[in-house]
Amino acid sequence: MSFQAWTPSDGWGRWKYVGLENYTFTLTDPMFLRSMWNTIWLGVFSGVPQHLIAIPLAFVIHMVLSRFKTFVTAVYFLPYITSTVAVALIFNTLFATQNGIINLVIAHLNNWPLLGALLPDEKINWFTSANIKYAIALMVVWQFTGWNTLLYLSAIQAIPKDLYEAASVDGASRIQQFRYITLPLLRPMMFFAVSLTIIGNMQLFEQPFILLNGGASGATPGGQTATMYMYRTAFEWLEMGTAASIAWILFIFIGILTYLNNLIFGRSARGE
Amino acid sequence: MGSFLLRLGGYAILVLGGVLTIAPFYFMFVFATHQRSEIFGFPPPLWFGEHFMTNYQILVNKIPFWRAYWNNFYLAFMTTITSLFFCSLAGFGFAMYQFRWREQLFAVVMATLLVPAILNLIPFYLLIFQIGWINTPKALWVPAMAGALGIFMMRQYIISAIPKELIDAARIDGCSEFQIYWRIVLPLIRPALGTLGLITFIGSWNRFADVNVIMRTQETKTIPVVLRTLQGATDVEWGAIMAGTALMVAPLLLVFAIAARQLMEGLTSGAVKN
Repeated sequence: MSFQAWTPSDGWGRWKYVGLENYTFTLTDPMFLRSMWNTIWLGVFSGVPQHLIAIPLAFVIHMVLSRFKTFVTAVYFLPYITSTVAVALIFNTLFATQNGIINLVIAHLNNWPLLGALLPDEKINWFTSANIKYAIALMVVWQFTGWNTLLYLSAIQAIPKDLYEAASVDGASRIQQFRYITLPLLRPMMFFAVSLTIIGNMQLFEQPFILLNGGASGATPGGQTATMYMYRTAFEWLEMGTAASIAWILFIFIGILTYLNNLIFGRSARGE
Repeated sequence: MGSFLLRLGGYAILVLGGVLTIAPFYFMFVFATHQRSEIFGFPPPLWFGEHFMTNYQILVNKIPFWRAYWNNFYLAFMTTITSLFFCSLAGFGFAMYQFRWREQLFAVVMATLLVPAILNLIPFYLLIFQIGWINTPKALWVPAMAGALGIFMMRQYIISAIPKELIDAARIDGCSEFQIYWRIVLPLIRPALGTLGLITFIGSWNRFADVNVIMRTQETKTIPVVLRTLQGATDVEWGAIMAGTALMVAPLLLVFAIAARQLMEGLTSGAVKN
């Protein structure tokens, strides 16, 4: 398909061979390059915080709770099972510029010492091309941190208790125990969880699709991801061949990222 | 003392995180009971209002909401039932039989997990287009009948839970192969079936991208898709959308409230072994 030109109204079988044309078009298309850049930006800014929050959170749950562990984890896990379309629709109202809950909370925090200095004074219009990425990232972090917390918690629970006991006999503090026992032993799970996040974040579709109203929003250039661009190419502009070339480019790109993750985390995860 | 403070800090973090996690759900339900002017007014509503029925009326007048709801149920139900049957049957085959190319065949099934789902959208659409299944629900549940993840889960569980001697004993007693599957294996793998059923139901309840492409008329669309068409209107009735969203999420919350532990344990059991 990626070497053909075809649109559904042509009827089945009336494909036209165009060689590499779809690929050269896609790879020089500024809209595609922009959407690739958005995808990578979102991959980092919605991926990294998930893990930075989830690992300590799982550790705290493990250390502090015993009876309500399942309940608390379930609460954190709730966003993960919720339809992404529902989540995006809800956040659409929360991100409203005038009197949206998120802007009001930021305005309120602004009055606090220290924290206030870090926050902008004016109400943020989240639905501009420059800001929409932050809105999408915030939403993705909210939705998937609980999933990672669950993964890390299950790995932490598999760490033998006597390791911690031996460490506390030797006088290690909780924080030292976290640094020198928990973190190193979590590496295999980090590899697994980070792989899932990479693959998931490279495919972000529903979040930007709903927030950008399917591409009808003025903020579309700043928030459109590669899969959303592929979707629009195929089903809005009906350029199936071009869309197929986008899918292949993305597939190869995800493959490379997974391979790199394997190089960085995988080796140490296997204890080499 | 230090440990007490640490514990207190831990609780504080957990409560704060919990509030942040629950807040969007809370506001969804609150907004579902308010009119648009109230949702975006100052101060925004923090407690339930009295306009749920107004919102509900707008919702059912603008879109065939309950028709879409039924479509959701139908799709999720068909996918779940067929998945449970075919995945457990395939898992049983991979776990209990020796046959040529078994490992290779299993590797091919597993390889389908590596292809990012949404990149499949175009070949999937082309296939459905070619066999003329556009706009029919079977286009969505037939291809989902035997997912690789389900086959993998079932195979792992059957290997660990069912001794080969049991199968041999049944054979000696004159059970046919299908009877072995139906009367011995199925009852023994009930916990795994439960987990797979939950995952499949939740997953197909939430499907959006492929449904949006395949289902072209109002009568065949599911809730995520019709709710999104409301968003496209010029005067967006956010109260009505929130009411619809709340009704869409409600069955998920209910299922999760009943089976959270089983779902979470089932999802991580495969991951931890790695």
